Amino acid sequence: MATTPPDLDKPSTQLGTTRSASGVRLGDRIFRGSSMGAGIFVLVVMAAIGTFLLIRAIPSLTSNESNVLTTQNFDPDNNDWGIAALAYGTLVSSIIALILAVPVAIGIALFISHYAPRRLAVILAYVVDLLAAVPSVIFGLWGLRFLSEHILPIERWINDWFGWIPVFGGSVNSASSLFTAGVVLAIMILPIIAAVCREVFLQVPRAHEEAALALGATRWEMIRTAVLPFGRPGIISATMLGLGRALGETIAIALILSPSYAINASVLEIGGSTFAANIALRFGEIAETGRSALIASGLVLFLITLLVNMGARAVIARRKEFSGASA
Amino acid sequence: MAKRIDVSGLNVYYGSFRAVEDVNMTIEPRSVTAFIGPSGCGKSTFLRTLNRMHEVIPGARVEGKVTIDGEDLYGQNVDPVAVRRTVGMVFQRPNPFPTMSIYDNVAAGLRLNGVKKKSQLDGIVETSLKGANLWNEVKDRLDRPGAGLSGGQQQRLCIARAIAVEPEVLLMDEPCSALDPISTLAIEDQIAALKEQYTIVIVTHNMQQAARVSDTTAFFNIAGSGKPGKLIEMAPTPKMFSTPSEKATEDYISGRFG
Ligand SMILES: Nc1ncnc2c1ncn2[C@@H]1O[C@H](COP(=O)(O)OP(=O)(O)OP(=O)(O)O)[C@@H](O)[C@H]1O
Ligand SMILES: [Mg+2]
Repeated sequence: MATTPPDLDKPSTQLGTTRSASGVRLGDRIFRGSSMGAGIFVLVVMAAIGTFLLIRAIPSLTSNESNVLTTQNFDPDNNDWGIAALAYGTLVSSIIALILAVPVAIGIALFISHYAPRRLAVILAYVVDLLAAVPSVIFGLWGLRFLSEHILPIERWINDWFGWIPVFGGSVNSASSLFTAGVVLAIMILPIIAAVCREVFLQVPRAHEEAALALGATRWEMIRTAVLPFGRPGIISATMLGLGRALGETIAIALILSPSYAINASVLEIGGSTFAANIALRFGEIAETGRSALIASGLVLFLITLLVNMGARAVIARRKEFSGASA
Repeated sequence: MAKRIDVSGLNVYYGSFRAVEDVNMTIEPRSVTAFIGPSGCGKSTFLRTLNRMHEVIPGARVEGKVTIDGEDLYGQNVDPVAVRRTVGMVFQRPNPFPTMSIYDNVAAGLRLNGVKKKSQLDGIVETSLKGANLWNEVKDRLDRPGAGLSGGQQQRLCIARAIAVEPEVLLMDEPCSALDPISTLAIEDQIAALKEQYTIVIVTHNMQQAARVSDTTAFFNIAGSGKPGKLIEMAPTPKMFSTPSEKATEDYISGRFG
């Protein structure tokens, strides 16, 4: 198509207005409208989930004769239930998972991004991405069949040496413990944390790494002065992603734990349960009030996840000016 | 404690691409040496071989010999980390650590060297910032992020960071390209003061600057794109700017280039 020469009689400002009104501004409006729409949609979905959970939870909450927050037992059919033991099991297994997984994941990510020769780095990165995609039921089965046998001696060893610390105390005679659950969760969330951290570490501007090296930093000092501080918000986000997966993990935990509704200071002793595993195990078997109680427990899990994420956002925002985002 | 640098038969490569060919030169202690030449002729590349920063680029390598006070920079037992603690560097683009405060940026090199005492750090941070002509602008906000400064201030922060560790040789790659004339003059004064103690090498595109600050000037040139850069001529600055022996040097300096 031949281009029409601009009408030279018209003042050029008008030429400008016509163009932007028809083309550029319309595109801007569509983009703003659709991104705002997407934002509102997410909020609406969140609110809808919250409301749904709340409405379905109310019957069991009103008929419950025990304190929901402090009761460990979970027997909704007899109106004696609470979320204390579930919350404890969920948080403890997830915290164990994070303590084990985060340092290892950062190590793997640093190795891939800053230490490994290029070839090896590419292969490793690929393997880590693959692992991140393994379905959790596989981890659960592996945890049940393989890990349960081999982890018991380790748990015994910890119990022998560190049994004087209450967390590792008690008598160890089965691998169906929160500790085993935490280990399996750690292995599950390790790849995703490592993958995200690797991406973050690769984003560190070369100029900052060179600045450290030129001051006479060794490679590890360079990582400490330039890479890790720059990657800090990313590490936190990766951790939250892993934590979210750990908090909500159902199948693997359901397969590993032999559920009991009691808060046990020792993470090595048999028992414990989590929100998600409990919902999966009990949903089929119990009556209407029971389901309502399970939904109530789901609501609590939802709130915990929200709180954790808001906390992480706050931590990241606190040092925003030092994040390097402006550089 | 200034040091003499001797370079002989130096070839610098990025992978199979030879960026700098066969450089021979001597850089005198307690003097300022300026590198001039058209863009892409390998001034930065060559400069980075003097503190072994070139080799941190994947595939980059160096052939030939560099000695600092007679000691082979690329010798078998020489630790590049130790070299970089002696030969400091200011980069072409300001690169303060974005996650650190102004204070921590200046103290970064000292902390790497194991200086921990607060009083000692405070003193050196202040002297270094004064040395880089930045102290008055930032003395009330040392705990603010270094990345929040203007481009010129950031570059002076980088200069302060480099001189805080008292290197014996200071390499500056176009340190003033982001600075206003006042800061530029301040940096030039600072260079004049620093040369009492250090050996200074400065890359610049500004002929007047080279004429003002340097004792010796080296002119690099490139025959064409894809060809390696070469050292064309090196002489005392007054001679270079009045009666250079090479035609190419004269053309470049007088602006009749290409
Ligand atoms: N990281 C790199 N990888 C490959 N080639 C590079 C790299 N850095 C520079 N070069 C090449 O080496 C040659 C010399 O570049 P160098 O940056 O040393 O030039 P310069 O003289 O400093 O230029 P300027 O005055 O623009 O800073 C150029 O041809 C450039 O393309
Ligand atoms: Mg350059």
